[in-house]
Order: sequence, then C-alpha cells, then structure tokens
Amino acid sequence: MSLLRVEHMTHYFGGLRAVNDFNLTVEPGQIRGLIGPNGAGKSTVFNLITGLYKPTEGRILLDGEDIVGRQPYQIAAMGLGRTFQNLQLWRHMTVLEHVKMARYSKITYGLIGAFFGTAQRQREEAAIEAKAYSLLDLVGVGHLAEQNVTNLPYGALRRVEMARALATDPKILFLDEPTAGMNPEELGQMMQIIRKVHRELNLAIFLIEHRMKVCHGVV
Amino acid sequence: MTAITSKLSTGKNDLGLLFKKLWAPFSMAPMLGWLVGALVAVLLEYTIGPYVAWTLGLAKIPVLFGVLIMLETPILFPSAVLYVLIIYIVPIAFVAWITTPLANNLAGRLLDLRPWLAVLVHLGLFYAILQLWAEINDYRLLIVRLTLISIMLTLSLNVVNGYMGEFSCSHPGFMALGAYAASVFTLTLFVDDRTFGPPLLPPQLGPLLFPLGLILGGGVAALGAVIIAVPSFRTRGDYLAIISLAFMFIVKSLIENLEFVGGPRGLGSQPDWANLPTVFAWTAICIWITNNFVRSTLGKALNAVRDDEIAADAMTVNTRQTKMVAFLFAAFWAGVAGGLFAHVLRYVNPGSFGLQKLAEILAMLYFGGLNSVVGSIVGAVSFNLVSEALRPLEIMKWIIIPVIFILVMIFRPSGLIAFTEFKVLDWIRPKNRITE
Repeated sequence: MSLLRVEHMTHYFGGLRAVNDFNLTVEPGQIRGLIGPNGAGKSTVFNLITGLYKPTEGRILLDGEDIVGRQPYQIAAMGLGRTFQNLQLWRHMTVLEHVKMARYSKITYGLIGAFFGTAQRQREEAAIEAKAYSLLDLVGVGHLAEQNVTNLPYGALRRVEMARALATDPKILFLDEPTAGMNPEELGQMMQIIRKVHRELNLAIFLIEHRMKVCHGVV
Repeated sequence: MTAITSKLSTGKNDLGLLFKKLWAPFSMAPMLGWLVGALVAVLLEYTIGPYVAWTLGLAKIPVLFGVLIMLETPILFPSAVLYVLIIYIVPIAFVAWITTPLANNLAGRLLDLRPWLAVLVHLGLFYAILQLWAEINDYRLLIVRLTLISIMLTLSLNVVNGYMGEFSCSHPGFMALGAYAASVFTLTLFVDDRTFGPPLLPPQLGPLLFPLGLILGGGVAALGAVIIAVPSFRTRGDYLAIISLAFMFIVKSLIENLEFVGGPRGLGSQPDWANLPTVFAWTAICIWITNNFVRSTLGKALNAVRDDEIAADAMTVNTRQTKMVAFLFAAFWAGVAGGLFAHVLRYVNPGSFGLQKLAEILAMLYFGGLNSVVGSIVGAVSFNLVSEALRPLEIMKWIIIPVIFILVMIFRPSGLIAFTEFKVLDWIRPKNRITE
C-alpha cells in the first residue's frame, strides 16, 4: 500500500481551475519532486494535500485513510510534516520553542498539567526538550537553540523550519522550495540535510523546486 | 566590560552613576531581605506611625506615601517626605542592607529544601506586609483589594490580547457576568434581602461556600466567552474586536433589562466576604496558574497561533481548541475577579461594566506590557496607585494620566515590561550565588 495516494484531485478557485486531475503516489521512504514554473499551481497542490484547502474533486489517501475534509492539524498529526515556501516562523519564539511546539499533538498532560505544573508535565516537557535538541543537532543548529528566530540568518532559519517539521514525527515530509533564496553554499548544505534526514529517519519526501539542479541532486 | 558600561553611563549623565553608587550596597540583598525590611517598615508605621506623623505636624498617617498630602496642601511637602523617609525608605534600606548575608543564607537554604516552600514563605511575608499596611485605614484596604482584582483582570486579558494576539474588548462583559452570578449565588443562599427573600442556607456556611460562588461566576463568564470564541475560529483582528465589543454591550443591556437582578438600579447588600486574605489568595492562585499555563508548550501554542496560525496548524497545533481555551480561561478569571469586585464594593450596577471599565483594563494591560505576567502586575499596580495618588488633582488627573500613557507608548511602544517570562525562582533566589 502506498504511503500517500492522490487520485484525480481537481481544485477551482472560483471559476479558475488551479489543479486539474492531479495524481500522485508516494511509497514509504521514496523521494518525489514536483517541478513547474511560477504560478503553475505547485503550492496549491501542497496546500490541498496538507488540508489548507479542500479539493473540489478527488481523493487523498494517507496510509490508506481518506484525509479530504480533515483539519490541517489532524493531517499533520497523522504524519505529514511540511515546510513553507516563505519561512513561516513564529517571530516571538526561540528556536527551541519552535521545535517543542511541533510536538503539540504528542502532549498528554492536558490542561490540568498546563495549569498546575504537575510532575507528568515536567517529565513530558523534559522529554520534548531532549527530542528538540537532538533534532536541532541533526540539522546543525543545536547551538542556536536559545536564540530568538528574528536574530538568525536566513540559512539557519531554513534549518529551524526543517527541524520543526521533523518534530511532528512525519512519515512523509513536504518541502516547499527548501532552497529558495539561498546562495550556492547554503544550497549545498541544505541538499545534504535533506539527504541526511531521508537516510537517517527513512522519510518519504515530496519536494517542490524549480531549480532542476536541486531536483536532480536530491531525487 | 564593566569599565565600558561605567564609562558609557558617565558620558550619558551623572545621575545614572549616582544611582549606581547608591545602589551598590544593596545589589546583593535578596528578595527575602527586602521583604523583611518592608515588614519592619509597616510594623514601625503600625506602632509609632501616628506619633511620627503628629511630631511632623501631619494630622494623620499619610495614606499613600504622602502623595495625597503633597498635592492637597503643598506646604506640608517636607513633612510628608520626611515621614516617608523615616517610616519607609530608611528602615527598608537599613534592614535590607544589614540582613544581606543572613537573608542570602536563609533564602538559599529555603530554596534547597523545597522551592515551593521558599515561594510560600515569600508570599506569606508579602501578605503580612500588605495586611499590616492596609489595616491602618479602610481606604488603604479598599485600594489594595481593588488593585489585586485589577491584576487578575489585566492578567486574564493579557492571555487573549497579549499571548494570543486577538484584540478582545469583552472583558467588562465577562466581569459583569461573574459579578452578577456570584452576587445572585450569595444573595439567594445566604442573605435575607428584598430581591431574593430569606436565605436558603444558614449564613454561617457562607464564607466556606463563597469560593464556589466565585467559581460559579467564573463558569458563567466562561460560558459567555463561547459566544466570542466561536467567531474567533473564522475572523481575526478588527472584526473580532467589533464582535467582542458588541458582546460587552449586549451583556450590559441584558443586565439592565433583567428585573430580577435589579435592572439599571443594580444589586446591593452582598456579604462582606471578599476580605483581604480572600482576594489575595485568589490573585495569587490566578497568577500562579496563568504563569504555569503560558510557560507550558500548550500555552506557547497561543503565541504560535498569534504569530502564524497556518504554521501552527501545520505543526499539529489544534488552533480552534487553543483559541477556545484562551477565551474560556481569560473569561473565567475575569468572572472570578468580577465576583470579588461585587463583594468588595458590596454593590454592583450595569453602569460599572461599560466603556470606562474597558478603557481602564486596556490601559493597564498596554501600559504594563503584552505577553508578560510581570508586565500585567506592574501595569495594574501602577495604574491603580497613580490614579489614586492623583485624585486630589481632580480633573487634571485625566490630563496627566493620558500624558503618562502617551509618553510610555512613545518610549516603550510595547509597554513597560513586555515579552518576558516570569521566573518566580529567579526573583527569590539568594544573590550570593552564581546563576547558570
């Protein structure tokens, strides 16, 4: 069974047909790329699959379950992590808090724990923090954990976003132009990181790019 | 590094250097020392205050650190300053300085023994100071309680307006719901009054069950908050602000038209159960729970929703639940504060929960600083103290206070203390240790 299966997905923005009969299968551990010029609807495909928009027609199956109509956070918690084309970080939070936040769906201490600071909360927060540090180290920004994201350079922010997406424990990772706006050096490092997380975490990756070099390099 | 900073400060002004020199002997004094100093000061005032005041030619103990006297009869200015020096500043500074090693030692031991015990000891000391200070006269008792209630209101509004970044204007509405629900609870059950008839339960039980009444008030307010929380799923910003403003007016005119709670005449003769210990305890619990909440990852989700909701969604944050929790939480505490407010003044009417109240709460919040527990406390306390202290200026007061706000907004646009975490253990730690 495929990890992700998109069948005959079509989407209209009003009268404009943005996506027409899109089909896709991604097997576990497979890397897939999506190439196209600006305005071709690549990001729309992402937003449809991740639940931000609801497709007009078609089915989307994640692990055999139909996810059309589910809330984005539910789809994300089912194992679909993503990054954004324009960095979408939380500007008042530190790097560590970003990665910890992505463990939201795994938290079990509930509001009682949040209000009263129970022992269970201390344990869980400590575990989340350890996990966050290991992910930050994996993408090479562990030393920036206490920094606020507004103080960091662009390349580091891309990595933070990657670590944040990985913290949701994804089975498949959606990368929306992960190298946009990078210089050749940062680009090389980013490709290495993508290959590394693919190898070490055995992730399936679905990638949007319009630089052929990156697509070839990764896929 | 120190050389550079000191050079900078001399270059800037000599006042900073003077202040630094004056501060140097006290820089090692921990919170415990200051609290003991303040306790000594209020004990002094309690025992010899009237004599000192009499000797200095003052009719009675200056109520608010002499500010009222200075503004009413400027000729007594030196006496008022002397009084504050003799009773407050000199004893506090002296005790804090002399007890520094002892207090550091003690604070360190307490902290090592049990952190929560250390917090409770400090809180107990602080309460004793407040109680002794307020006992001097009823006016002080009233402003202390109203200030504590303001802290709860400001802090709870901060959860929505600061931490979650929505502009909610419905707080007076929540407060009114809480005030009326708690009043109806105590009046029907424990008081023989004209509106609700003889008490249903023996009045002796009242003070014991009063917390239940407050929780009921908070619960009713939280129920009302659902009306704001549901639209917040779909709209943001200005539009939600309008909805919440509408909610406030709806609550106000609803109460005005409900005859069984007195309509526009209001509701009176609530029992006097919101005494200082009660209000203090509720405020402390409110601060503790809110501070716990906003520092947990579940609470940080509020910030994530504020800064980028789409990203929050993609990172598995249940944004609807987060918004719902924030609104209900804020409304609950506003309701509790309202219940206490009703039992402090022992009279409520719909008129006290209108635009004026909203303006006050918003002013305290934005003055103190968004996204900060300390900011809310500072904002509420300073707003209340300043507006009480400037009371003798009458109409001028409403010129001076807005000017202060304008200045703060120019020089510190996000409020006095914004975007900081309130780490209680940092505040009470001994100063002779190196922190990691």
